[in-house]
Amino acid sequence: MPIFAYLAIPVEGGKDTLAAELTALPHCEVIPADNKDILILVTDAPDEKAERNLQNKLQKISSLQSLSMTFGCSDQPEKERGDHES
Amino acid sequence: MNLDRRSFLKCAAACSAMAAAGSIFPGISFADWKKQEGASGMITWKKAPCRFCGTGCGVLVGVSGDRAVAVKGDPNCSVNKGLCCVKGYHSVQALYGADRITTAKVKRDGKMVEVPIKEALDIVAAKIKETIDKHGKNSVAIYGSGQWTIPDGYVASKLFKGCLGTNNVEANARLCMSSAVTGFMTSFGIDEPMGCYEDIDHANVFITWGNNMAEMHPVLFSRILANRKRRKDVEIIDFATRSTRSSQASDKSILFKPQTDLAVANAICHEIIRNNWVNWDFVNKHVSFHKGKTNIGYGLEDKFQFADQEEPLTFDQYKAFLDDYTPEKVEKISGVPARDIKYMAALYGDPIKKVTSFWCMGMNQHTRGTWINNLVYNIHLLVGKISTPGSGPFSLTGQPSACGTVREVGTLTHALPHGGVANAEDRAMAEKIWDLPAGSIDPKPTYHTVEMFRALDRGDIRFIWIQVTNPMVTLPKLKRYREGALKEDRFVVVSDVYPTPTTDVADVILPAAMWIEKEGLFGNSERRTQHWEQIVPPPGEAMSDTWQIIEVARRLGFEKQFPWSETEYIGKIWEEYRRFHEGPKHNMAPYTVLKERSGVQWPFVNGKETRWRFNPVYDPACDKGRDFHFYGQKDNRAWIWARPYEPAAESPDKEYNFWLNTGRVIEHWHTGSMTMRVPVLYNAVPSSYVEIHPDDAADLGVVNGEMVKIISRRGSVTMPASILGRGVPPRGQVFVPFFDERYLINEVTLDAFCPISKQPDYKKCAVKLEKA
Ligand code: SF4
Repeated sequence: MPIFAYLAIPVEGGKDTLAAELTALPHCEVIPADNKDILILVTDAPDEKAERNLQNKLQKISSLQSLSMTFGCSDQPEKERGDHES
Repeated sequence: MNLDRRSFLKCAAACSAMAAAGSIFPGISFADWKKQEGASGMITWKKAPCRFCGTGCGVLVGVSGDRAVAVKGDPNCSVNKGLCCVKGYHSVQALYGADRITTAKVKRDGKMVEVPIKEALDIVAAKIKETIDKHGKNSVAIYGSGQWTIPDGYVASKLFKGCLGTNNVEANARLCMSSAVTGFMTSFGIDEPMGCYEDIDHANVFITWGNNMAEMHPVLFSRILANRKRRKDVEIIDFATRSTRSSQASDKSILFKPQTDLAVANAICHEIIRNNWVNWDFVNKHVSFHKGKTNIGYGLEDKFQFADQEEPLTFDQYKAFLDDYTPEKVEKISGVPARDIKYMAALYGDPIKKVTSFWCMGMNQHTRGTWINNLVYNIHLLVGKISTPGSGPFSLTGQPSACGTVREVGTLTHALPHGGVANAEDRAMAEKIWDLPAGSIDPKPTYHTVEMFRALDRGDIRFIWIQVTNPMVTLPKLKRYREGALKEDRFVVVSDVYPTPTTDVADVILPAAMWIEKEGLFGNSERRTQHWEQIVPPPGEAMSDTWQIIEVARRLGFEKQFPWSETEYIGKIWEEYRRFHEGPKHNMAPYTVLKERSGVQWPFVNGKETRWRFNPVYDPACDKGRDFHFYGQKDNRAWIWARPYEPAAESPDKEYNFWLNTGRVIEHWHTGSMTMRVPVLYNAVPSSYVEIHPDDAADLGVVNGEMVKIISRRGSVTMPASILGRGVPPRGQVFVPFFDERYLINEVTLDAFCPISKQPDYKKCAVKLEKA
């Protein structure tokens, strides 16, 4: 159940196209910056297989120059820490 | 619940991407996110100030059901206009660490056992009574925080100073802001900055004095960078003891040897006078000259006493005092090239340029903290660059309500909500508003923070109640104070949200409601009071710190002074407190106005906020017909002080041959008790470290990540080395962030303080290093 967030940089002049193309993909939410050519992509694939399919589709988007991941999480409640004990 | 968790994670994911984008592209905005949340229909947004630093960014907290799931910057808040830093974006996750304290605990047979909170409050009240009966009123104390809400601090002061008659009230802002207060009081006769953040949009030159704004006040620093990008005539000078992210982003980085900022500030004034850059019209009308005592000590001994003695000076005497501070002489003391001193003087002296100076802990945590505050004011006063948009000295605050709760409410031993305990009129005012018999308040201050914990160690104090702070990580020369707190016949009550080294020494632990789990008010660096309502319920039996104090006060028989109901107490307390500040110099906004807005700046007079004080165009307290009016001092002038350079309490020698400097990193808030429980922040900086210059590291034979033992005359700590990391100290200096309780750097630091402000110097002591 992976959830990832990325900074998505479009090719020059391609911000609107990229936003439309990413929004059209399954399990994708897009938050465009108002004042810069940059978008945030949050992906929420239901399982590993869907995640792999999504990755394949992302690689084929021509208006996308680069993706940098800022967050990754598999939605299993992790054992939370109590730092004072360590 | 599954859906909530997923939604929460997606919000966290989006927030982390926004934070990353914000650090790469200052000024980037994602206002369109609002449309996204509308699609889900799950999240409602409520305003609050950020939980963490003194910048006081307005945030909108996204709530789904009973849970806070997201944060975004509040576009309606003038402080941050929709931006946040990485701590702010992840702040709500700090509510949900797995080990939140949700029940009260008391020590029985050496073990902490859970009890209903009502029983714990009974024990606290009984213990206060028993201790006073046995040892007198000054054997009980409360130690709070610049993270106390305004009502928290107000009821603490009312109970202890008013009802119990002891001035044993202190707050951790003594450790971060008291030199700023004494700086303002001695130079202007009244506390808190004359300017506001809007200065950033007008200034041409920013000079940061020992202040790594890029990490400590990142949203304000982004605003400076955005201004530099937008306007061509903006320059940033980073004047510091080590290279940081702020140095990298500045136009010029100037390094000085620790403590010698005193000499450099005087040299800048020397140059301003030598070049006749003095604004004579301003100086003749609005400035007077003064000197105080010298060789004033360092407060290292118990019961240290100091009282300054002011003497007037003429301008010529002041000018002669500066003869010792030519740029060439000061270059030898400070290591700052004379040409760089002259360059800074020329920036301040240029009549066309608007100059804003910023500082925070570098100048305040200083054994001559009051003096260095005075000296930077001197520079601005000589050239008349003050109290006008873009020109002014600006003392930044570290904590979200150091100004609102500690400085304005007066939660320090000598202070009251209006004025001080030593002043009969101020005492009478408090006794009247608090409905107490005349003579209830003791006219003598007792212990400032370091001395309070020394008194606990000595046994002069037997009971202490600690709220919203973690002194068993933050006190300097920590070992003495931890051992003192653990002595027999000491009783320590701690109200907090997570287990810490301070709850480890507690006899009673009270579970506290945190931030948006209760209604509250903070006051930020620019005189802005910020209200928030309760947004989510507190966990278990957690209770607001204010209500804990009210419950104890009632058990002690003070129902009349604490009559409010649980549904309306914050509004009632605010309206009572506001009476202390009536008048054009400090009038505060009514509760109803604060509830509506993202903060209101005082003085709030006739429905208008005051952005620049002492300037009659903006400040209603000024006499009409003047161009400026420094109404705080009895001569209606701002005071320039002749304050010399004096060395640090402890400097490196042959054996202890390094300077130790301590501080913070952007990802963690203070002792890390909250931010170390936020996965994104923890993963970003999971452990503290010691920054070492690469040549010193090579001499020691350590590489990045290897363990280094830092040893002082007081203790030692062993931690990983950071070489050419985000901060690089010069040779002979090391820097350690204090957020990590696994590496208690304050075992090593020295409890020397400024004799005027009583604020300890966490930036300078002597250590030696060994490869571990
Ligand atoms: S700069 Fe300070 S107030 Fe603003 S979001 Fe960051 S921690 Fe919060």
